Amino acid sequence: MPHALVVAEIADDGKPKKATLAAISFAKKALPAVGGAFSILVLGSAAKAAAQELAGYGATKVLVCEDPSLAKYTAEGYAPTVAEAGKGFALVVATATSQGKDLMPRVAARLDAAYAGDCADVSVEGGALRYKRPMYAGNTFGTVELTTPVHVATARQSEFEAAQPSGGSSPVEAFAKVAPGAAAGRVDIVSFDTVKSERPELTEARVVVSGGRALKEQFFQVLEPLAQALGAAIGASRAAVDAGYAPGDYQVGQTGKIVAPQLYVAIGISGAIQHIAGMKSSKVIVAINKDAEAPIFQIADYGLVADLFQAVPALTAELKKRRPAG
Amino acid sequence: MKVLVPLKRVADPDNANKIKLAPNGAAVDTTGLEWKMNPFDEYALEAALRLTENGKAPKQRLGEVVVVTLGPKECEQTLRSALATGADRAIRVDTTDEALDGRLVAHALKSIVLAEKPDVVLLGKQAVDGDSNQVGQRLAELLDWPMATFAATIREEQGALLVGREVDGGVLTLRVRLPAVVTVDLRIVAPTSVFSLHTDAAAHKYGEGVRFAPLPAIMAAKKKPLDTKTLAELAPGVALTTKTLKFEKPAARSAGVKVKDVSELVEKLMNVSKVL
Ligand SMILES: Cc1cc2nc3c(=O)[nH]c(=O)nc-3n(C[C@H](O)[C@H](O)[C@H](O)COP(=O)(O)OP(=O)(O)OC[C@H]3O[C@@H](n4cnc5c(N)ncnc54)[C@H](O)[C@@H]3O)c2cc1C
Ligand SMILES: Nc1ncnc2c1ncn2[C@@H]1O[C@H](COP(=O)(O)O)[C@@H](O)[C@H]1O
Repeated sequence: MPHALVVAEIADDGKPKKATLAAISFAKKALPAVGGAFSILVLGSAAKAAAQELAGYGATKVLVCEDPSLAKYTAEGYAPTVAEAGKGFALVVATATSQGKDLMPRVAARLDAAYAGDCADVSVEGGALRYKRPMYAGNTFGTVELTTPVHVATARQSEFEAAQPSGGSSPVEAFAKVAPGAAAGRVDIVSFDTVKSERPELTEARVVVSGGRALKEQFFQVLEPLAQALGAAIGASRAAVDAGYAPGDYQVGQTGKIVAPQLYVAIGISGAIQHIAGMKSSKVIVAINKDAEAPIFQIADYGLVADLFQAVPALTAELKKRRPAG
Repeated sequence: MKVLVPLKRVADPDNANKIKLAPNGAAVDTTGLEWKMNPFDEYALEAALRLTENGKAPKQRLGEVVVVTLGPKECEQTLRSALATGADRAIRVDTTDEALDGRLVAHALKSIVLAEKPDVVLLGKQAVDGDSNQVGQRLAELLDWPMATFAATIREEQGALLVGREVDGGVLTLRVRLPAVVTVDLRIVAPTSVFSLHTDAAAHKYGEGVRFAPLPAIMAAKKKPLDTKTLAELAPGVALTTKTLKFEKPAARSAGVKVKDVSELVEKLMNVSKVL
């Protein structure tokens, strides 16, 4: 019976991205429908170290495709090889990072496969895979059936525990690069303007402090000290990003990052459904807003009606007082 | 420059929390919700108009924008509103929403692209009903064209587009040589996000957001060409391969309590929720 193939993502330091561990968990949940086994595919110009690390997660094998032309990711350059590797598998899955969402539908088209993106869950029913997908800004979940021989999917990182190493060591095998089509020759990477931050990754943090339009130009001035006191990542609403107070990479919501931390603090955010779609799986939600009627209070566990420019510094001070170590 | 903009109409996204489910979760019931153009497609249309004009003299069209939708007759309203905003021609592919999935839409669009030969296909990054985020990528692969998804900025160059993409960790700038597929993100409608070669990028600033159709344009749009095609002629033999077996509502979150000040808040977080 055909197995599952996890497409890994490598960080700049050559290590596998933590996000990949969500796709591994996804594949493990799918095991009863895919012959009880999965493999992992790693691509890059220097991918052996990442492959070695991923060999500890119980895969049948780790396929490594190393080639200088794969040093920098483009969908056009990667899709042909990923699709070739995916042939003969029942399921090809990656995590729904910006790379996964860019690459995997292109891979699906190449395999003429149906695609289920940003899945919150996967299950097995009568031997077949069922994908649970959020739709309508998370206001409904659809249980989706794909009927092509190969399925392609991405996993929503916040909904899958990071897979734990299971011991043992999977054999690592070389996989030959497939020459890309004309498209790859017509795209160039010009630059990558990275957002530098001392804070943890938004999608991996235990605590997230998010700011809205109300923060104005003082966005970081107000939020940094609080984020520091909580060891939190910083997020933003669309309005705060549109206004230029925070980078695009910070946006939480239906069409931004999906987060599910232990604690989410929404500051000066009204609570539009598109924002809520990105954070409502958080364990505890705190809202600070001066408008007692703001919709965010309808989903907040603790609401504080206050002017944020007073409340946030006061909260920071209070935290430092009570938790000097934090 | 000729731009093709595929657009979809969706149930009012700002009221998506009001959708109901048919008994047994067999279908989504959007009764009572207005149809709106998918917001990302509105943005794609705005970007297409900016790419086919000099921002200083937008009345003079310097290229062609063709809009296309796959859906029932009532979608023609959405096409007409796109024509009123400035698109030149429209195509409707007659079908129903239930008869479509991303794979089929991409195959049908490919046939239209081969016939229309646009320089750029500009799509939304996702339709906010299914939140599926796949048609643009699939179309690019079917055409073997380069693509730039999640575009926040577009600058036209000679025979190419310079596209700033919002990705994890920052903004990645790609140069795609035409013809190409671009899917747009929210920031594409900011005042300095999109410039054609005709517009003086150093001097011009657009208004925030998308433009609106003036009343005379709404009347004039009724006379602009709108062709109809069938799914059978555009995607012969392509079957539906994605089926949603059931829909369910997520567990509701209820409102908690209001705290009187920050010290009560910290108290609760430490001793009741124990998240600190
Ligand atoms: C296609 C589409 C996709 C979208 N995707 C997203 C998304 O992914 N994420 C997202 O966030 N949004 C998204 N949006 C936008 C969303 O609809 C809202 O417009 C946005 O979330 C509002 O941001 P905000 O809460 O910061 O601003 P506002 O709605 O303006 O709210 C500001 C809040 O701050 C409060 N406030 C003001 N001053 C103070 C003060 N001094 N102290 C305390 N409180 C104060 C006000 O009471 C108000 O509640 C999307 C919209 C569309 C159309
Ligand atoms: N029925 C449709 N008719 C026209 N364009 C569509 C249709 N469905 C999707 N699209 C286009 O594809 C984009 C991505 O949609 P999706 O992959 O379904 O999230 C949308 O923003 C539209 O530009």
